[in-house]
Amino acid sequence: MSDTNDVKPSRLEPPPVTRRSFLSIASLISFLAAMGTALAGVLRLPKPTVEPGPVRRYKVGHPEQFPVGAETLFAEQNFVVRRDAAGVYAISTTCTHLGCAVARTAEGFACPCHGSKFAANGRVLAGPAPRPLPWLEISRAADGQLVVYVDREVPEGTHFQA
Amino acid sequence: MGTTATIPEKTSATQEFLDNLRQLPRNLKDAWFRLGRLPESEREESQATFHNLFLHLHSVRVHLRTLRPSLTLGLGLIATFSFLVLVITGLLLMIYYKPSTALAYQSMKDIHYVVATGRFIRNIHRWAAHIMVIAVFAHMARVFFTASYKKPREFNWLVGLGLLVLTLALSFTGYLLPYDQLAYWATTIGANIANSPRELTDALGITPYFDPGGFQKRLLLGANTVGEDSLIRFYVLHVFILPLLLVILLSVHFWRIRKDGGLARPEDPPGGLAEWGGKLHRVFEPLATKTYGLMAVVRGRRPPVNRGPEGTVMSWPHLLWAELAVLMLTIAVTLVLSFYIDAPLKEIANPAVPENPAKAPWYFLGLQELVSYSAFMGGLVIPTIAVLGLALIPFLDRRPGGEGLWFGTPGERTVAWQSLLFGLVCTVGLLAFTVNFGWLRNWFPEIHQLWIIAINPGSILVLLFAGWSLWTLKRKNSVRLAAVALFTCFLVGFVVLTYFATVHRGPNWQFYWWPSQWPVH
Repeated sequence: MSDTNDVKPSRLEPPPVTRRSFLSIASLISFLAAMGTALAGVLRLPKPTVEPGPVRRYKVGHPEQFPVGAETLFAEQNFVVRRDAAGVYAISTTCTHLGCAVARTAEGFACPCHGSKFAANGRVLAGPAPRPLPWLEISRAADGQLVVYVDREVPEGTHFQA
Repeated sequence: MGTTATIPEKTSATQEFLDNLRQLPRNLKDAWFRLGRLPESEREESQATFHNLFLHLHSVRVHLRTLRPSLTLGLGLIATFSFLVLVITGLLLMIYYKPSTALAYQSMKDIHYVVATGRFIRNIHRWAAHIMVIAVFAHMARVFFTASYKKPREFNWLVGLGLLVLTLALSFTGYLLPYDQLAYWATTIGANIANSPRELTDALGITPYFDPGGFQKRLLLGANTVGEDSLIRFYVLHVFILPLLLVILLSVHFWRIRKDGGLARPEDPPGGLAEWGGKLHRVFEPLATKTYGLMAVVRGRRPPVNRGPEGTVMSWPHLLWAELAVLMLTIAVTLVLSFYIDAPLKEIANPAVPENPAKAPWYFLGLQELVSYSAFMGGLVIPTIAVLGLALIPFLDRRPGGEGLWFGTPGERTVAWQSLLFGLVCTVGLLAFTVNFGWLRNWFPEIHQLWIIAINPGSILVLLFAGWSLWTLKRKNSVRLAAVALFTCFLVGFVVLTYFATVHRGPNWQFYWWPSQWPVH
């Protein structure tokens, strides 16, 4: 800016900001910042930090209870346990589409809600399901029983040697 | 106003106290009913309207066109009054309902079998909810086909859209509360629709780093599966948060009707003839030599600046009578339905076995049909496109004309019929094709999920409708007609999909001509 008043300011120069409008804008920004932070704090609350649902880890019995070729359905817990020559494995029976419990059919599994069909090994045969039925992690508890972790997925074909 | 007794200058306080006590009934009545009788002059009628908090939502005078049942069909009022009925019956149900997984279902049984009038009150709540959803949809269609969203009413169209979404959200959250089989599985499906962005993130392999679906589901349910945390969240949403938001938006909606100059109606030509109340009147024409004062600063065409009040009548009592009539009708229909048809209550929620078929309430069944092609596309993307498309209508169609008239611009009726036919053929054709030949997954079992998300009957339907609308735009050279084409297709698609999923989908979501053909299990 020039030091004399009669020189016209360049059009490229922004108009001078008065102290009053500067303070108004600054206080408005600080108000918005404070409210935004408060809002973020409020919105943080409904997102659970600890998973409050049940721990979905189930003891299913001793390995001898699962003879080769047999299949046991745990309907309440939503999985099946099978054994073949390679070992024991568990497949979830919760549809990967929208979470309905699938029913056992001759060819594998079928979902009553939107018609997804799965092969016996969980592969998608038809319908809207985006993924195969997941295979679940199995371990052995201290008392020798098998434990199935419904929330932990393992690659298809993973067998537990029991 | 009615008080005439004056307090004497000098009297003992005891005497004054006794006098006041004696006049108490009369003064109480005056405090409540300021006029003390029904208004007789137009001046008193206008005061009756604007001196009352609840009545002053009305303007003092209302145009005769606005009062014609054939313009509005009373749909907005029906929706509002259903909401009123829902609030009252909902409060009554809250007295006995217990929002816990262990007690909810039992308390529903209590309400149904033990509580005096409990079953009737619950039936009314249920039926009023159905009526409200129907009325809100029909009201939107009414506003669209009478071009009532046009300037200056764009903002109110958006508010109305918010009310539609809130109405559906209220229905959905209310659905879980009985905690029966239908409640449990419908909520599981709903929560997993919120989870369905995972379909995309899984297909791209980025879920461990970016998981909006999981976040939404957890926010909704408070856990991984439907349970205690979900029930309390849905309860709080259903009985407090959503109704509060709805009341706020509803107030804005009403307020905007007044500020936008009443309901949309065609302009009467100044100096010409117009028909009001069965008679022809000459329309007021401002004189060039005269100055007309601005009575109030209100956007739109009322209060009258440069024009006379012809064609209007007093809101009290004309509008009030009309509103009371709609209120009576709404309540009568609700009561009759509730008397004869009970609200369903299935067996208690069982996480092991879903109902077969597990169907959402009817107004979500169209969505459920779309979801049965792809959860992400049908459950999130298409509804988002629909809501955005509806929101944009008043901003893309800005040419005035036809406001307040059914199919008011030339050629609208033709385009609406053509679009009805087009939408019908497209939707039925695609459904028939899908039922008979399956879709990509049946032909190529190993196909990548991204293809299914992108190309499915739902997305093809959206493309067909958009294409039809664009073609109408080119063919008819009118934005309004293109909007009519799109909106009609949207309505037809919604109705056909809803009908199809309600009647023709059976166990395992398979096609049946009639529910009586469902296999016995």
